[in-house]
Amino acid sequence: MELTGAQVLLESLRREGVEVVFGYPGGATIDIYHELPKYPFRHVLTRHEQGAVHAADGYARASGKVGVCLVTSGPGATNTVTGIATAYMDSIPLVVFTGQVPTSLIGNDAFQEADIVGITRPCVKHNYLVKDIKDLAETIKQAFYLASTGRPGPVLVDLPKDVLQATVEYAYPGEIHMRSYNPHYEPNSRQIQRVVDLMRFSRKPLLFVGGGVIGSNASEDILWMAKKLNIPVIGSLMGLGAFPGNEPLWFGMVGMHGTYAANMAVNNADLLLAVGVRFDDRVTGKLSSFAEKGKIVHIDIDPTSIRKNVSVDVPMVCDCRRALKALRNELGKDTSINWEEKHEEWVTKIRTWEKSQPMTYDTNGSSFIKPQMVIETIYELTKGRAIIATEVGQNQMWAAQFYKYHKPRTLLTSGGLGTMGYGFPAAIGAQLAFPGSLVIDVAGDGSIQMNIQELATAVSYELPVKIVILNNGHLGMVRQWQELFYNRNYCSTCLHKNPDFVALAKAYGAQGYRIEKRDDVAPVLKEAFATKEPTIVDVLVEPEENVYPMVPAGASLTDMLLV
Amino acid sequence: MRHVLSILVENEPGVLSRVAGLFSGRGFNIESLNVAPTLDAGVSRMTICTKGDEQIIEQIIKQLRKLVTVIKVVDLTHQQAVEREMVLIKVSAEDSRRAEILRIADIFRCKVVDVAANELTLEITGDQGKIRAIINLLQRFGIKEIARTGTGALRRSMQLEE
Ligand SMILES: Cc1ncc(C[n+]2csc(CCOP(=O)(O)OP(=O)(O)O)c2C)c(N)n1
Repeated sequence: MELTGAQVLLESLRREGVEVVFGYPGGATIDIYHELPKYPFRHVLTRHEQGAVHAADGYARASGKVGVCLVTSGPGATNTVTGIATAYMDSIPLVVFTGQVPTSLIGNDAFQEADIVGITRPCVKHNYLVKDIKDLAETIKQAFYLASTGRPGPVLVDLPKDVLQATVEYAYPGEIHMRSYNPHYEPNSRQIQRVVDLMRFSRKPLLFVGGGVIGSNASEDILWMAKKLNIPVIGSLMGLGAFPGNEPLWFGMVGMHGTYAANMAVNNADLLLAVGVRFDDRVTGKLSSFAEKGKIVHIDIDPTSIRKNVSVDVPMVCDCRRALKALRNELGKDTSINWEEKHEEWVTKIRTWEKSQPMTYDTNGSSFIKPQMVIETIYELTKGRAIIATEVGQNQMWAAQFYKYHKPRTLLTSGGLGTMGYGFPAAIGAQLAFPGSLVIDVAGDGSIQMNIQELATAVSYELPVKIVILNNGHLGMVRQWQELFYNRNYCSTCLHKNPDFVALAKAYGAQGYRIEKRDDVAPVLKEAFATKEPTIVDVLVEPEENVYPMVPAGASLTDMLLV
Repeated sequence: MRHVLSILVENEPGVLSRVAGLFSGRGFNIESLNVAPTLDAGVSRMTICTKGDEQIIEQIIKQLRKLVTVIKVVDLTHQQAVEREMVLIKVSAEDSRRAEILRIADIFRCKVVDVAANELTLEITGDQGKIRAIINLLQRFGIKEIARTGTGALRRSMQLEE
């Protein structure tokens, strides 16, 4: 079967089982768009390439499938960089196809040329420039394989226009073998035994779960282990949803804005079982006092995560799920220990911490709506069944602190890069993956303006995404730092002249609501969540509310500023 | 501590910048980097000399192994290895001092590869100690230019117990 490069691409996507492609056309990719209508998948036209990558990323996070994005050369390609870096930091499987000028023009500063392979090198798992159509099918196969295996991540494939127009006899490779890429999945049995021994002797063990648990679909094994052995569980931001937030053994997020109980627990545990985490500096606080009283077991598929920041006693490079299965096997056999009893004192201790400093906020003396209360209301109305995307800033932290994630893949947030403008397009991607689910973007008035143009996408594809703006009239999180550590010098963090978000929603053909009174929060949100249209709910909240607890940058986790 | 890493990579465009970019992007230091194809035209060998404490070196090696185009990384520091660098040195050589320079060149088994009225260019091959020594010795005559290949290294076939 003789196919053009454009057809090779589309046929290969079909064979990879791709259902949705997020993209934006241009001269370099027009040959692909010419063929696209003949293929069975959906192409979603966003209004900005950054929107396309974040949407593909949100689709991937929510569904567990590889997200696919297609953009043109030059500016189209450079517009994807933030989205690629976002996916890279959070280990999200993406394949990004970029158009490129014809091979004869590469390096000539041709019209709409950019060295996107060079530009993205530090923020992709791998990337390719396809110079010969004979390599195209194999490269696409490798791209999907790399993106989704080992530690997942974004892979970019750059497609020169003449390669898309050339023809070749099509054959899609069946299996991939790359001599230089062999992720290691199986746990080592001696190390499993060491962990089992440590578990037997520890009195104060703590499970610490991260995004790797979600990525490797290991949530059930964590739940089994926690319940069977009566071990308390805490999570990183990326790990929220890996363990049900409504389970009694869950003690919340750890780190800079973590719960008092989680932070105290980490620094008092005698054994920290860290699974699929990478000990980000926002998690550890001052490194020298992090988990200083305990041994650390670190399970991660990526050898570079291990001992990068924190020295560990048992390093395990393998798939989180397989490691937990192996532990489950070993520990399940052991009937000599009454785990329930062995850890009861420790669990009770953490409960005491939780009771003494619960996740709360000051409700006295202000007539303003508290942003935390808005998140709590969203939780009550949805009972934890929604998919929540967030922007970045205070809104993100409140969404992490005051909503309980019952299931994995129900929180979509830019944890590693902290990308404002991520949440709304990601919510669009998630809504495409789950048309029947309620998808909510928790936003700040700053962040939402970074990709607000995607309202047009949501409206044209009839995606009922809800945007709840916690409108504090500030770049809140930066203002909070200015207040606490920079002498209240609110330079360039007040957002004067914000647009009328309700009118803006309507201008795009979406729904808009504004909430100014506390009593309106629940009923208006309820009404908004029931609509079948994309909707903005602009909630005017306390302008100078802060996120607490807070561990100042560089301080020890137990030195928290409390409410 | 100085480490010599021997790295086999796929011989394809961009591989050098992937490796070099990894060092610069993560704030690792490269002392020298040498790269050329092996007998297998599809594979190149890079020899990188770098400095750092054990934790940094461990990260460097792991990060290198993680690159999709890297086939193998070996740290030669803890093994017995042959290490060589080739250096071209252009040194001032007035008539009165020429004989002395040539004597030094002889002792170090240098080759004279270019001669002019008041300059000599020497080629020298050796390990780091030897190279440092001759550069030191020649400095007082006035070194005008120098070109170094960076270290190339191979593991010794016989690893004798120390
Ligand atoms: C693209 C980008 N630019 C800048 C920042 C730095 N930053 C972090 S939080 C924040 C403020 C966000 O303000 P807003 O979206 O209104 O949310 P709030 O903190 O008020 O909830 C800024 C500017 C960022 N994270 N991302």
